[in-house]
Amino acid sequence: MIDMAAGILVATVVAGTPMVYAALGELVTERSGVLNLGVEGMMLCGAVSGFMASTLTGSLWLGVVAGMLAGAVLAFLFGVLAISFKANQVAVGLALAIFGTGLSSFIGKKYVGQTVVLEPSALSAALGKLPLVGGLLGQVHPLVWLSWVLLGAIWWFLYRTHAGLVLRAVGESPRSAYALGYKVVRIRYLATLFGGAMAGVGGAYISLVYTALWTEGLVAGRGWIAVGLVVFATWRPGRCLLGAYLFGGVTTAQLFAQGAGARVPTELMSALPYPATIMVLVLISRDARLIRLNVPASLGKPFHAES
Amino acid sequence: MGAPRLELRGIRKAYPAVVANDGIDLAVAPGEVHAVIGENGAGKSTLMKIIYGMVRPDAGDMLWEGREVLVRSPADAQRLGIGMVFQHFALFDTLTVAQNIALASPARGGVEQLSEKIAAVSQRYGLPLEPDRPVYSMSVGERQRVEIVRALMQAPGLLIMDEPTAVLIPQAVEKLFATLRQLAAEGCSILYISHKLEEIRSVCDGATVLRGGKVTGVVNPRLESTATMARMMIGAELPEFHHRDEVAVTETRLEVTGLSLRSDDPFGVDLLDIDLTVHAGEIVGIAGVAGNGQAELLAALSGETMADRAAIRIAGTDAGHLSAAARRALGLAFVPEDRLGRGAVPELSLTENALLTASRQGMVAGGLIRYARVRAFAERCIAAFDVRCSGREAAASSLSGGNLQKFIIGREILQQPRVLIAAQPTWGVDVGATLAIHRALIDLRAAGAAILVISEELDELFAIADRIGVIAGGRLTPLRRRRDTNRDEIGIAMTGATFGTTADGGTRAAQA
Amino acid sequence: MRLRLERRPQPSALMVYASPLIAVALTALIALAVFAAAGHEPWSALVIFVTAPVADLYGVGELLIKAAPLVLIGVGLAVGFRANVWNIGAEGQLALGVISGGFLALHFGVGGSPVLLPAMVLAGAVSGALWAAIPALLRTRFNANEILVSLMLNYVAGLWLTYLVFGPWRDPAGFNFPQSAPLAPAALFPILLEDTRLNISVLFALVAVATGWVFMARSFVGFQLRVTGLAEDAARYAGFSTARAVWIGMLAGGCTAGIAGVGEIAGPLGQIFPTASPGYGYAAIIVAFVGRLHPLGILLAGLLMSFLYLAGDSAQMTLGLSSAVAGLFQGTMLFLLLAIDVFVHYRVRGTPAVVPAPAARPVATPVAAEAAT
Repeated sequence: MIDMAAGILVATVVAGTPMVYAALGELVTERSGVLNLGVEGMMLCGAVSGFMASTLTGSLWLGVVAGMLAGAVLAFLFGVLAISFKANQVAVGLALAIFGTGLSSFIGKKYVGQTVVLEPSALSAALGKLPLVGGLLGQVHPLVWLSWVLLGAIWWFLYRTHAGLVLRAVGESPRSAYALGYKVVRIRYLATLFGGAMAGVGGAYISLVYTALWTEGLVAGRGWIAVGLVVFATWRPGRCLLGAYLFGGVTTAQLFAQGAGARVPTELMSALPYPATIMVLVLISRDARLIRLNVPASLGKPFHAES
Repeated sequence: MGAPRLELRGIRKAYPAVVANDGIDLAVAPGEVHAVIGENGAGKSTLMKIIYGMVRPDAGDMLWEGREVLVRSPADAQRLGIGMVFQHFALFDTLTVAQNIALASPARGGVEQLSEKIAAVSQRYGLPLEPDRPVYSMSVGERQRVEIVRALMQAPGLLIMDEPTAVLIPQAVEKLFATLRQLAAEGCSILYISHKLEEIRSVCDGATVLRGGKVTGVVNPRLESTATMARMMIGAELPEFHHRDEVAVTETRLEVTGLSLRSDDPFGVDLLDIDLTVHAGEIVGIAGVAGNGQAELLAALSGETMADRAAIRIAGTDAGHLSAAARRALGLAFVPEDRLGRGAVPELSLTENALLTASRQGMVAGGLIRYARVRAFAERCIAAFDVRCSGREAAASSLSGGNLQKFIIGREILQQPRVLIAAQPTWGVDVGATLAIHRALIDLRAAGAAILVISEELDELFAIADRIGVIAGGRLTPLRRRRDTNRDEIGIAMTGATFGTTADGGTRAAQA
Repeated sequence: MRLRLERRPQPSALMVYASPLIAVALTALIALAVFAAAGHEPWSALVIFVTAPVADLYGVGELLIKAAPLVLIGVGLAVGFRANVWNIGAEGQLALGVISGGFLALHFGVGGSPVLLPAMVLAGAVSGALWAAIPALLRTRFNANEILVSLMLNYVAGLWLTYLVFGPWRDPAGFNFPQSAPLAPAALFPILLEDTRLNISVLFALVAVATGWVFMARSFVGFQLRVTGLAEDAARYAGFSTARAVWIGMLAGGCTAGIAGVGEIAGPLGQIFPTASPGYGYAAIIVAFVGRLHPLGILLAGLLMSFLYLAGDSAQMTLGLSSAVAGLFQGTMLFLLLAIDVFVHYRVRGTPAVVPAPAARPVATPVAAEAAT
């Protein structure tokens, strides 16, 4: 019984990990006032780049790095249009999602259906020997607990460092931050690139560890769900993790329900995460005061430094 | 006498529609309080932005302590020792006072040390502050104190103050002047931007007058009269407002009874038990410093926020529950505070902006727009109110503030409303347009409309209103006839003394 | 010489028309690069890419029949986009059209009633509108972001369709392929042009263009939607209801997408597949933007997008490139359009390089001493 519970927990955490990366990255981006809806496209490009790099080099970590770079490059394109050119952020984000989807399909064509076989992680094996936590840590890939480290780092950054305070200030009022001498454009670019890199890692995790293959539609909307999770988390890192694992739990439920012999169509089970996301979104959005108190006030609005 | 602290030579800045600064020279000595005078649109703001690095001039030099410098961004300006206190504060509402100040000068010793320093500076200059309070809970006057202390902590050699008294009650203005005199005595130079000639004469040592982007005079305000300075500022005497005819006041057109409204916005102000009547043929003025519930009251009156049915009655009909469109159908017209983005859509032409609120003037038939009628209306409006523009197809964003305001007010007046509500009708508008707008409101009054004006400018209210009240902390004082009251009384009422509070304006979070 | 962007006093009318053209031209340049990278001679590859799909009458018919749903959906979406209502769920709303129209076709098709086709179209319109009503309701009642809600519903609708086609609707005579039985002739749209697959759905598209134009350019409600999209505060000031704008914006797209869904199965496909739509719901978003949210522009943009689909398919045969190249070019074109659009509102100005003067020292005043302790 304990084993079953532990198994569900591990599966939930593992399933939720790509969301942790993508959502935390988008959270940092949005905290600077930039709304990047193109997470799906960035995750897909991260997934395909990671897959390609690992297939060619045999190294998982190089694949992760490739994924990070791919996500960051796309985020940079977004930044040029949305930050420097001051185009409508929603439209550009949509365009990025569509473009990223098309680009990843095109590049990944010859890898469709292939799988990648990688060495089991030595690090995980070593950690598995630790008492108590070893049971959990040994079973999961380092990228999983690295996501926890990332959560801690982002929390520390936002609430305990001067740079984090500056980021929050920029998100609230870029005009005021600029008047105080801060380079708003540069800060927004950095936040956007970080978000793209994390989305790329999330995507690479899916193609290299979680499903370990490449196909079109691999990400299946998780990039969009990550954007929703940031709202659900009211722009706070801790709640992002919670939301990501809730989603992971819903995904896992499908496997366990089928395993338990429930006679439910697979499509219905696969569909569960989506209305779940809607419900979660509605729950938070309906409280206008809560949103008003937590949302970065300049979110989605282009910043014009007086010329 | 050594080199001036700051010197500008031949500064020029041209925008597509207008030359904002045309060959401006300016000199400020160390420890001098120097005014930059000009009416709205004269080029003062642009000049300050250039000094502070937010705008790049097309030509001209800037000298600091006698040496040429290049200020390309606010960071450069701060490094030189230039501090700025903005008219629209550069503050972060969700952060505390200490955090706001930390953003301006990274705390080297940590937050506690910073709090101590803040306490020391604010004590020294008589600007009390609590370092751990979040800014959203502070009144406008308190927020200005944060702005000033923040600038002072940067150790400025020059402090620029942009229209600092616009948001202060009369009593607070005196305190501010005391602070400025102290700073000047210690060697800090101050650039004081304003169009309020009396204040300038009381606190400034020197003044540079701008008109139409050029310098029209450099004087010592203590040796001048407001009349002579006004002549330099607008090229003529400050217009005296003519004594108006008495107009017979008839039926009640707008009746507000016991209006109480909790604000949806956590940073907003609750309205408490507001009573107000406006009759046909009169202008009622409501004074008050920003942030005391004006926005909430306007939203309740215009229909953008719902209130109790009977709390608001327009021309005898219950209207508190009606939408904005329904209230317009009853004869209500409204001129909002924000011209661009609310009173008019910047990207649309004047013709289309006419359609925005005047559609009921026969412009729509069977769901379709009758453009001929819309164009005719727009032309009438432009002609009747002397709107300078490149034609009725000009985009609203291409008009100057004063002309756009004339168009918007004209649009509402041409609809022959029974009740007209105007918020800050001449904010940011040049003297010529201000006069025209005031005249238009007086004419509308004579034609029998009921007019309500909400304004922060006491001069304006005393010029055109028949009865005046004050809104403070979400409550309204009983209305007094203009001739039965004076500026001092109104000033005291603005502190909230009538209601036994000492708030000079505060949000609900503060009142909690 | 440093370049910077300066806001224009008035939006440039020239750029409004020119930027889609420039975007297309730049996409063509990128296409040349892609062809060259794939080992072809770029110019001749481009020529083949451009001419092969429409080389004969059948090709032209294909062009029009593929453009029809794009234009139809595009016009519906544009109504919403103009009001800042972002219906991204057209793909799912189209699937609902497939499901409801397909239901009627499979159950009543054999009877051959003349009422069947109108009923299918109506069912498509209503079901698409209902699917779009969900995000509309959640936005107006709970302030939930309609982009995310409508998007999530795409996946739900897609899975629902998959379930139906793999399950209850699977063709017993279909060798276990995931497809329905071919639809009865009574459930198919009449063909307009011999030897092609061109059917009456092009008429639907043209009606949509005409209706859309009248609505947006001349109706008061259309004006209200425009204002809501440009300046929400002004719309509220004028008494225009934002909630109504959300409903109209979402339902317009839902309706048209649903009809387009019926058009696919009653038209070129002739049966129901889980992939009834090759991403038309998303492509229509691009069509709406490239068409400048104007019905006539959308008509042209729809033809262009349809052309890209065909060219992508034929590129597989003639140039050996994957058909995914169409999707890539579509995404690129949208990106480029958004980039070039910036010049509608801004222009480039150079500032002469300035030699920085040596920095001056800050001044020592008592305030400075105070703050430094």
